[in-house]
Amino acid sequence: MDKNELTGAETLVYAKPRLVNDTEMHYCPGCSHGVVHHLVAEVIDELGWAEKTIGVSPVGCAVFAHKYVDIDWQQAAHGRAPAVATAIKRLNPDKMVFTYQGDGDLAAIGTAETIHAANRGENIAIIFINNAIYGMTGGQMAPTTLNQMVTTTCPEGRDPRIMGNPLKIVDMLALLDGVCLATRQSVHTAAAVKKTKRMIKLAFENAMANKGTSIVEVVSSCNAGWRMNPVDANNWMAENMLSVFPVGDLKNL
Amino acid sequence: MAKVKGYVEVNTQRCKGCNLCVVSCPADVLELQPREVNDKGYHYVYMKNPDDCIGCANCGYVCPDAVLTVYRKKIEEKEKV
Ligand SMILES: Cc1ncc(C[n+]2csc(CCOP(=O)(O)OP(=O)(O)O)c2C)c(N)n1
Ligand code: SF4
Ligand code: SF4
Ligand code: SF4
Ligand SMILES: [Mg+2]
Repeated sequence: MDKNELTGAETLVYAKPRLVNDTEMHYCPGCSHGVVHHLVAEVIDELGWAEKTIGVSPVGCAVFAHKYVDIDWQQAAHGRAPAVATAIKRLNPDKMVFTYQGDGDLAAIGTAETIHAANRGENIAIIFINNAIYGMTGGQMAPTTLNQMVTTTCPEGRDPRIMGNPLKIVDMLALLDGVCLATRQSVHTAAAVKKTKRMIKLAFENAMANKGTSIVEVVSSCNAGWRMNPVDANNWMAENMLSVFPVGDLKNL
Repeated sequence: MAKVKGYVEVNTQRCKGCNLCVVSCPADVLELQPREVNDKGYHYVYMKNPDDCIGCANCGYVCPDAVLTVYRKKIEEKEKV
């Protein structure tokens, strides 16, 4: 069968999300950030909220998220996205406000902002890309780096006796009364991508329904920071990260 | 008997040759160009075995760069005796 017999509006099953613009993303080949950007764009479009969504982008590789998804954005100083989102949501209660943050941003420099926004039950959604490393700055250890994992700042591997253990910050956030949804997902297979999309949709709906803070952690790969090719990085992620950061709902009220 | 046929359109200039779509395909349809590269210098993906595509869209979902457009059509086949 040739192409013309198969292609057309009736047979279309997947295309670039409408709210993802034509600007090519700066991410390394195979980076999980791109996949999650698509999900955010698809969900906002499906909810019909393109005009009433405000995203807050972080410092980290996703600092340019505002260049790729065609909604309103504010870029925050490193780690401060939940504080910025707090102000935006309180001043614009009719908007859907979410942050998009890496593990260095959310769980290191921004720990205080994250915990207190969640504890106040701010009506925002937090999309948390946990790739166990500082990707943007060249692969330094993050609070989420696995024990024995090699990074540029723990070249012998993370030693928990000196550097502490991987910080399960979403488990901690789930304990807070302000949090209505704390879930951990991944995007390394098509099935996982679809599940993550459902949880992002729920988080955005919660934010509009004033149910409190929703956190969707996406266990991700950073092949460049991990010094692997993209396929190996996804496999390594599945084999090593998911036992420390298992997929599933920690809280879903 | 109804059979499902798929087709994948590749925006070759957007592709970064990461190979994630290739390993996600259950029907071994895709491959990176062994020699050709796009303007960015990446070996972009193409349909090596187009007849085997079932239009499941796995490749589209896992692609970080929104390179792929996927189509799926049910084909009515005459029963073979
Ligand atoms: C106040 C401040 N401190 C430090 C930095 C340097 N810096 C930029 S990105 C980053 C870490 C990013 O890691 P992560 O949040 O995990 O994002 P990723 O790139 O891995 O997605 C750091 C430390 C900065 N830009 N601003
Ligand atoms: S450094 Fe890591 S997180 Fe950043 S774009 Fe590259 S793969 Fe993605
Ligand atoms: S649609 Fe499915 S079968 Fe076709 S190339 Fe993509 S992954 Fe393979
Ligand atoms: S997943 Fe996307 S970017 Fe990667 S090789 Fe396939 S089409 Fe190209
Ligand atoms: Mg990171």
